[in-house]
Amino acid sequence: MRWLYTHFGDRIFAFILLLLATGVMALALLMAYELYRGGSPVLHGFGLLGFALDTQWDPVRGKFGAWPYILGTLIVSLSALFLSFFPALATAIFVAEYAPKWLAQIINFLLDLMAAVPSVVYGLWGIFVLAPWLRDKVQLPLYFWASEHAPALLPLLGVPTGYGLMSAILILASMVVPYTAALARDAIALVPKEHREAAYALGATHWEVLRLAILPLARGGILAGAFLALGRAVGETMAVTMVIGNSHKLPYTIFGGAATMPSVIANEFTEAVEDLHLSALIAVGFLLFLVAMLVNFTAAYVLRRQERLVKGAL
Amino acid sequence: MRKRGFIGVLVLLGLTWAQQSVTLVGAGATFPYPLVAKYADAYVRLTGGKVRINYQSIGSGGGIRQFLEQTVHFGASDAPLDDQRMKEIRGRFKTNALNIGYALGAVVPTYNLPGVQEPLRFTGQVLANIFLGKIKTWNDPAIQELNPGVKLPPLPITVVHRSDGSGTTYVWADYLSKVSPEWAQKVGRGTSLAWPVGVGAKGNEGVAGVVRQTPGALGYVELTYAKQNGLAYGAVQNKAGRFVLADLASIKAAANVPLPGDMRVSLTNTAAPEGYPIASFTYLLLYEELSANKAVASEEEARALVQFVNWILTEGQRYNESLNYGALSPVAQQRALALLSRVTYKGKSIGKEIVNR
Repeated sequence: MRWLYTHFGDRIFAFILLLLATGVMALALLMAYELYRGGSPVLHGFGLLGFALDTQWDPVRGKFGAWPYILGTLIVSLSALFLSFFPALATAIFVAEYAPKWLAQIINFLLDLMAAVPSVVYGLWGIFVLAPWLRDKVQLPLYFWASEHAPALLPLLGVPTGYGLMSAILILASMVVPYTAALARDAIALVPKEHREAAYALGATHWEVLRLAILPLARGGILAGAFLALGRAVGETMAVTMVIGNSHKLPYTIFGGAATMPSVIANEFTEAVEDLHLSALIAVGFLLFLVAMLVNFTAAYVLRRQERLVKGAL
Repeated sequence: MRKRGFIGVLVLLGLTWAQQSVTLVGAGATFPYPLVAKYADAYVRLTGGKVRINYQSIGSGGGIRQFLEQTVHFGASDAPLDDQRMKEIRGRFKTNALNIGYALGAVVPTYNLPGVQEPLRFTGQVLANIFLGKIKTWNDPAIQELNPGVKLPPLPITVVHRSDGSGTTYVWADYLSKVSPEWAQKVGRGTSLAWPVGVGAKGNEGVAGVVRQTPGALGYVELTYAKQNGLAYGAVQNKAGRFVLADLASIKAAANVPLPGDMRVSLTNTAAPEGYPIASFTYLLLYEELSANKAVASEEEARALVQFVNWILTEGQRYNESLNYGALSPVAQQRALALLSRVTYKGKSIGKEIVNR
């Protein structure tokens, strides 16, 4: 056994580490390659851009264009992020700075719980509670108001069935709140004590301390949380599929149905009998992979710039 | 002590090995899963554990693909293989594929209309026009005319369809294509469609959920699902002009028509006067020459497979109706058994031998 504790053993250890690390990279690349290969009949047949920008998706006639799904994914995930960001940030600030310890603990526990609830449960709640409520209390009144006072809005609103973009965005927003909130909270808690004390020493109020000393330093973590939430929102399948109404007819309306990339894959994969149909679904998976990669790269870029800014400020 | 336990496990493994049970693997449609699971359960008990069935309900598309890749003993699909696939199989494996219908399913229009008690009546034309978005409200004259005694509310119709690819959708669209040229031309038939209007919900349970939550909704679900969940569903006019409510008798009757020898037939809009017009077979897929299937390793396995299918087509049929699936009519049963008797293994006609026993 002794030889393990020499340079030789050291090298074996390093080699194993290298193997595992390259394995992770190989896995990601292999996944992208397999998705590309599976989708290649469609990607070659229609061209990557032609496939991504075409608006027709008709499995019966063998016409496949992914634009409705890309658009749906972007609208739903960006709106959900936008809706959830400020409440999540407010929660994080309250928990980290204002709340008494016992209350902060309760809120933290509930946030963790929100993140742990399976998305299918959110979806069920969406079908049976949120969507009917939205239809009766929000969409129908708005629809009737618009039809009397502002008929120009009607094509934008769409048919008020409760199952559509609006419900999907609201469900998704509530699902990603804990991600943004938890990371923002940790980032705020990590700001060094000296910064707060220095600000207080200068006579700053609690709000000013927050604005001048804490938030600028925590910005990186807060943004990281937002990007994590966005990544989650882009890939979310089950809950969205259950409430979004699954209609890929453009143009999308606020109340009307829409569809996202994960939702069409989950929906049509099991019964895709034609080879071209299956290939088109895998190609959608490939596009989703690209979109997720884009989100991650942007996140990495923003974070790095942020870090440099903070270091410059110090 | 630990060693002895280890040896015990080995002995147990050896015993199960010695018993030589055959496991038949199948994959395919989700719609008949409860029925196939019931068959499997009953058959394992019948054979004293000698034949086990492992059925994976991965969907018809997956079932057909696994069948072609020969990872399964039998495939299962809600729609029969089309001519192109049949030809491909003949070319690739030098044998035929058999589409053996073993149960019938029906699709019913289900709706949520507050205050309407008796089942509504629909014609295919009206259903097609609703799903095309041409009939928009419940008190439309076209619907009122069919239901003279019913006071229909002026609610807008919310069309609800399956968002997931589904054999149910195929049967529904197949029927609409037959009764409405406009539907055939604009939408067509398939497991996933480009729907002109409506809300898409996932699975029978999703459609039922949306219909239940939305006053004025009209969707379509499997009869089994509608019955188990007490949904309101309408009667549909068949080719003979009768308004038929889907039930076990009317589905069984739908297959009481001249059937082609290979059973690859669409039963929708059936000519049978008592038949429900939106019914269809669900199929098992077998290779005619079983040795062409890489998954079938030995003659013993081939025989076990044929025996199992033979049992489904005869004694197993009594499980169909208790689970709300249609049983085979005498004509259909004869056709299915005739197909099964064509099965061979390395040239030996084991199908004939087992069916005629």
